[in-house]
Amino acid sequence: MEDTQHISSAFDKDLAELNRKIAKLGQLTQNQFARALEALLNYDLTQIDEIVAHDKRIDELESKLNEDALTLIALRSPLAADLRRVIVAVKIATMLERMGDYAKNIAKRIEWVAKGDVVDVSNTSIKSMGETVQHMVQQVLEAYMNADADTAMQVWLRDVEVDQMHKTIFQELLQLMGDRPEHVTAGSHMLFITKNIERIGDYATGIAEQICFLVNGFMPEETRPKADETDHKG
Amino acid sequence: MTETDKTVKTHKTPEAEDRVKIKARRVNVFYGAAQALFDIDLDMRLNQVTALIGPSGCGKSTFLRCLNRMNDVIDGCRVEGDIYMDNQNVYDETLDVVELRARIGMVFQKPNPFPKSIYDNVAYGPRIHGMTQNKEQLDHIVKKSLRRAGLWDEVKDRLSDTGSGLSGGQQQRLCIARAIAVNPEVLLMDEPCSALDPVATAVIENLIHELRQRYTIVIVTHSMHQAARVSQKTAYFHLGELIEYGDTSDIFTRPQHEQTEAYISGKIG
Repeated sequence: MEDTQHISSAFDKDLAELNRKIAKLGQLTQNQFARALEALLNYDLTQIDEIVAHDKRIDELESKLNEDALTLIALRSPLAADLRRVIVAVKIATMLERMGDYAKNIAKRIEWVAKGDVVDVSNTSIKSMGETVQHMVQQVLEAYMNADADTAMQVWLRDVEVDQMHKTIFQELLQLMGDRPEHVTAGSHMLFITKNIERIGDYATGIAEQICFLVNGFMPEETRPKADETDHKG
Repeated sequence: MTETDKTVKTHKTPEAEDRVKIKARRVNVFYGAAQALFDIDLDMRLNQVTALIGPSGCGKSTFLRCLNRMNDVIDGCRVEGDIYMDNQNVYDETLDVVELRARIGMVFQKPNPFPKSIYDNVAYGPRIHGMTQNKEQLDHIVKKSLRRAGLWDEVKDRLSDTGSGLSGGQQQRLCIARAIAVNPEVLLMDEPCSALDPVATAVIENLIHELRQRYTIVIVTHSMHQAARVSQKTAYFHLGELIEYGDTSDIFTRPQHEQTEAYISGKIG
């Protein structure tokens, strides 16, 4: 990630360890999200307990990363790009941990959705929305590892696609629940699930902004395009 | 691009907001045939602390000594260019250098109290400049200067003791009291804390923060974190050139020049 070496090689090792933990956190979060989506699309209730249990590993790793960052700041007194790297690592770790929480939350709602069989009610595919967000997460984590602000900004711009899909699914689910009250319970859980997927996409764009700050020293100056400024009131 | 355009400036504040106290333009310094500084343009603003940083031999102390013509006393040293304090050329041949050095006081790396009492150390400047009419006035200046240097409470009961009997940190504050006793407008500090422990350093840094309300301060320091703590503006020198100048908060979080980045991050090459 960084060509120039510090005079203190221990400093380089500490920063490398921070990156290693971010990579691991990213991998765990991606796995959790992929499993939650797969379980949702297949109504696979056997995966749920494991997904919920695995969230603890993400929480523990985030906590360890925070401790590492605290120690690094105290012992190495990072400045300039190094300081940005430590701060950004902590912020990204927090976002990945939250993304893991959303994956867990999706898993916990699958049983209710399965009862109503509402995954495929929308014309806009949940599968498609999930895959779009998965790709964004993968792309933004690669951008972080490569300190690639351009790729990060591509992810940042893609959030509008996810917002648009979410908006459509939201409205269709409201329509369904209005027309067929027996689907209100499952539909409500589905609303939360789509919102969770959309929030994971938001965090991917949040990570993209942090990469921009890491590389350039500034957050993106433009306003991120939005598909919907309302609160999905249908 | 002219030679002087090479310096990266990250100063965000509109220039008009901060009054320039000392202005250096195209300053070149030579030690015999060797050139130590190259076309330095730098503004030092009123009531602000400007930190000069850079590796050993980069010219930061040489530049500092240009500001009150301390380089005049070094054999073979030649200074070219212009340095203005309030639009008065510091290198004007008609200028009284002794008076200039009263207006631009200096504190050195190693505390250097005179082999005199604490009182006489502070009273020395006002006496030779004839600033007082009587003992009462001199007492007042000594007390005021020691108070401003944060030393009064520690020495008020032993003003006749020798200055060299104080601790390192106290001696440095005594030197600051001596410098401010003659009502300077600018204080130059050349690594003022490098011989002090962390507590004495913190006391001096706190003092610098208070002193800048009254004086314009230019400080040379090897400590990146000291520069970050005490200054509002930072100038990075490398091999006699001013590489980057800007708001301290920017220099230490998002320097624009890769040489600045490498230096403050402690990187190789």
